[in-house]
Formats: sequence, structure tokens, C-alpha cells
Amino acid sequence: MSAVMITRKVRKWEKLPGKNTFCCDGRVMMARQKGVFYLTLFLIVGTCSLFFAFECPYLAVHLSPAIPVFAVLLFLFVMAMLLRTSFSDPGVLPRALPEEATFIEMEIEAANGNVPAGQRPPPRIRNVQINNQIVKLKYCYTCKIFRPPRASHCSICDNCVDRFDHHCPWVGNCVGKRNYRYFYLFTLSLSLLTIYIFTFDIVHVVMRSVDKGFLNTLKETPGTYPLNSDHRVLVCFFTLWSVVGLTGFHTYLISLNQTTNEDIKGSWSGKNRVQNPYSHKNIIKNCCEVLCGPTYPSVLDRRGLMQDDLPVSTTSAALSSSSSSNPVPQTTKTTAPLIPNEHTPDDAKPSIAASAQTSPSRKRSTLPSCRPWLHPRLMLKHPSPRTRPISCMRGRLTFVAPP
Amino acid sequence: MAETHSLQDLQQPIISSKVFIQRDYSSGTICRFQTKFPSELESRVDKQQFEETIQTLNNLYAEAEKLGGKSYLEGCLACLTAYTIFLCMETHYEKVLKKIAKYVKDQNEKIYAPRGLLITDPIERGLRVIEITIFEDRSIGSAR
Repeated sequence: MSAVMITRKVRKWEKLPGKNTFCCDGRVMMARQKGVFYLTLFLIVGTCSLFFAFECPYLAVHLSPAIPVFAVLLFLFVMAMLLRTSFSDPGVLPRALPEEATFIEMEIEAANGNVPAGQRPPPRIRNVQINNQIVKLKYCYTCKIFRPPRASHCSICDNCVDRFDHHCPWVGNCVGKRNYRYFYLFTLSLSLLTIYIFTFDIVHVVMRSVDKGFLNTLKETPGTYPLNSDHRVLVCFFTLWSVVGLTGFHTYLISLNQTTNEDIKGSWSGKNRVQNPYSHKNIIKNCCEVLCGPTYPSVLDRRGLMQDDLPVSTTSAALSSSSSSNPVPQTTKTTAPLIPNEHTPDDAKPSIAASAQTSPSRKRSTLPSCRPWLHPRLMLKHPSPRTRPISCMRGRLTFVAPP
Repeated sequence: MAETHSLQDLQQPIISSKVFIQRDYSSGTICRFQTKFPSELESRVDKQQFEETIQTLNNLYAEAEKLGGKSYLEGCLACLTAYTIFLCMETHYEKVLKKIAKYVKDQNEKIYAPRGLLITDPIERGLRVIEITIFEDRSIGSAR
């Protein structure tokens, strides 16, 4: 009576929790909804193609060939920054492994002491002092960690992201510590590109009008009327205000070393004399830190290899014996909450803590998520296939014989 | 005096418990770990030795994240090449991380493994904690 465990090597990205999509065997990491990102690509590539096709030949001949050359370089830079922002890890914090989660839970229980029955346990907050300012670190129930300062949980990607700025649907990814500078350079270079195309569209129309008269210019290009420079001028005009506005907003945030998230929440708005403890109080130093600081590596190790154990049953006779023999720790324990919380009966808590320590080979995929009533976000969350208890497999598993 | 043995000699090391050294955020968001000596390690390792290990790790991370002329130069040069330079060049942070990995392995081999402890490189835990695994001390012949 023995189970055969097939061990295969998988890349770690295949087993990562969260709602990201991965491409190129873990090299590319994006959010699940990519529709708006494709629209961004289409708008940029489309507008630039029309500019290169219709205006550039005329401008290269009548003004200077440097104009299209510079436009191409700027276009390539914009695309590089967009792809870098969209495809890189924004600074996702990996979730706590069972032992770490248990350790934190035990620390919280020790800190809270005995809570009388029927009373709400106090909120899970840790206070730290940063540069003479008290900062509250919140506990993330999904990731089972106390979030570092400036980190926040993105509900769209279902990850805690370090120095979380915002989730941008236009780039199809979160903007966080690792890709903020690429995002800023993308908006900045896109503003420059839009202004450049807008300017030269107007120059093109003016030059043609001077040559041939304004109405004649429109008559001259009937086949391309829907695509001519006048329409593009209008498109550029409206795009310009939004992109330039966004660039201006982020320039303001960078000079103060703030994130969009903090700005929206008003964390450092000056009420109750709270000041931003992360700011160097010097605009240049703040800009240098955000834009020219060290490039942080990804802590996710998406392409690392790990063991994936797939149990395979051998005989049908083993099925009848599985109920009478000792329960397999991995399957029976996953139906109970791993971390004792206010819903766990007291007598189950020590056994859960002990089993968590003695099952080092437990995969993250069998970890059920804890859903305390305090966290409204989790009420709406669908249980991902990885966190659903694998009770359906119990009937087909046999007892693993010890060596 | 307790026998010293390396981890290779242990046939099947049994994990007794794990201790997690948390981050120290008192100087901001830079990577720094608390140097407070955990009570679980009192009987295993010298307090001075432990603090020296953590302090060295803190210094290495500070070196990786240092804002200075060198990091600004690297950032500006990379920006001018649209960050394609990182396809062929390692960043300063990655170079220091390799140094840290080597240091952790060194410390494990020389100091912690003979005492039945194992330090996990913090990068494997997302730079959130330093995980120290305490193994059952076989030489004494009883579980801790």
C-alpha cells in the first residue's frame, strides 16, 4: 500500500498566488486585464505610423531630415518605457510561508492578551517610528504579513506591492517601487512625443496652406481625409492635456517623495502636524532618489525551479483502507484554517501550530486563505483554485508509507 | 562541552522551530534588520556573534541601497540607453546581493551549522525577515 509521488520541476511563477499573468516562461509579468493596454499600444503606434507615413516625407524634404529621425528615436524610447513598465515586476512582496504566518499570529496573540468572548479583537496594527514620525503598519490578511511602510495591497492583482503608487490600466500593471521611474519616463516621453507630433502637424498644415492655400490643401488629400493632419491635431490636442497633466502631477509627487496612494489618502497632508518622513526636504534630492536611485531587484524569483509533488493512487483496494488508516496530514488539515483566528476552537489551536511546523514540504498551493470578518475586501473575493481545499482528492489518495 | 558537527553529518535534520528576525524601519524604508537577540537562540549561539552577523548584513544592504555619485551615474547612463544596458550589465544592487549570498553561506558553514542553526538568505523571503531554522540538537540526545 504505497502512493507514488511524481515529482516534477516547475518554475516558481506557475505556483505564485495572485492574479497576474505571466508570459515568456515567467520573464513577463502583467495584470490579468490587458484590454486597455492594447488600446494604449494601438493609439501610440497608430498615431506615430500616420505621422511617419504622411507628414515626415514632406517635412524631411522641406524642413530637415532630422525631424523624422528625432521622432523615431523618441517613439522608440516611449515604446521601451511602456513595455518596461508593463512587463516588469512592480515590487510584489511574496506572501508569508506557513511558519512565518504562524509566528506572526502568535506574536499578535501574545500582544493582544486575552480578549473577552464576544468582543472584537483589536485591529492588527504595528507602530513604528520613522524619522520622529509614528507610522502605522497594517496587517494584510491575504498575504499574512505586516505590510512594510508605503506598501499597499492591490485588489486587482491580489498582491502586496512595495511603495505602491497605483494600478494603471493603461499600462496593464501596478506601478510600484521597481517600475515607477519607467512609468514616469513613459509619461514624460509620451508628453514630449505628443507635443512634437502636434507641433509638426500644425507646421505641416501651415506650410502646405502657405504653398497652396488652405482649402486647396484639404482638396489635395481627399483619399486621406479621415487620416489627415487636421484630425490628428485634434486627437493630439486632447491627448496632450491628459498626458501632460499626468506628467505634471507625477513631477509634483516626485519632488515631494510621495506616492499617488498617499496623496489620495491624504497621509501627509499636514493635518495633526503629520509630515512626510520619507522626504529629504530637498526637491533635487527627492528627484534623484526616485529617478536615479538604485534599481531594486525582484524578490519573486519567477524563473526559479521548485519541486511539485503530484500524488498518484496505485490500487483500488487502497481506497477502502484510507479511511481507517492515519489521515494524510496534507489533505485533512487543509480543510481547517491553517492560522488560528477568532473562529478557531481553542483546543484546535496548539495542534494546528504544531502541524504547521512539522510539515515543511507543504506547498503554498494548498494554503487556505483566512477570511476574518474584519476584512471586507476578502468577502467579495472568489477563492482561487489554489486555495480551495482539495477534499475532492481525498478519496483517491492512499496512505503514504513511511520509509 | 557540546560536540560540534556540520550539517552534512546529520542524517535527517529535524526542524525544532524557526525564529524570524523582523525588519527595522526606524531609519525609513531602507533594508535593515533588527539586531535584538532572540531568546530562542540564547543556548545556541553567542549574542555578540549573532549581532555581528546581523550588523554586517545591514551594512551590506546599506551599501547596495546607497544614494551617491555612483548610483546616480548608473541611473543616468541606464536612462540614456533606455535601460537596455541592463541586458548585458549587472546592476550594483545585484552585485551586492551576490556578496550577501556568499556571506550568508560562509556564516552558515563556519558558525551556525555547527551549532544546529541555519540562516536563510533574506532575499528568499522577500527581504522581509531573516529566517533562522533551529534544528534538533542530536548531540545532547533529547529534543529541545
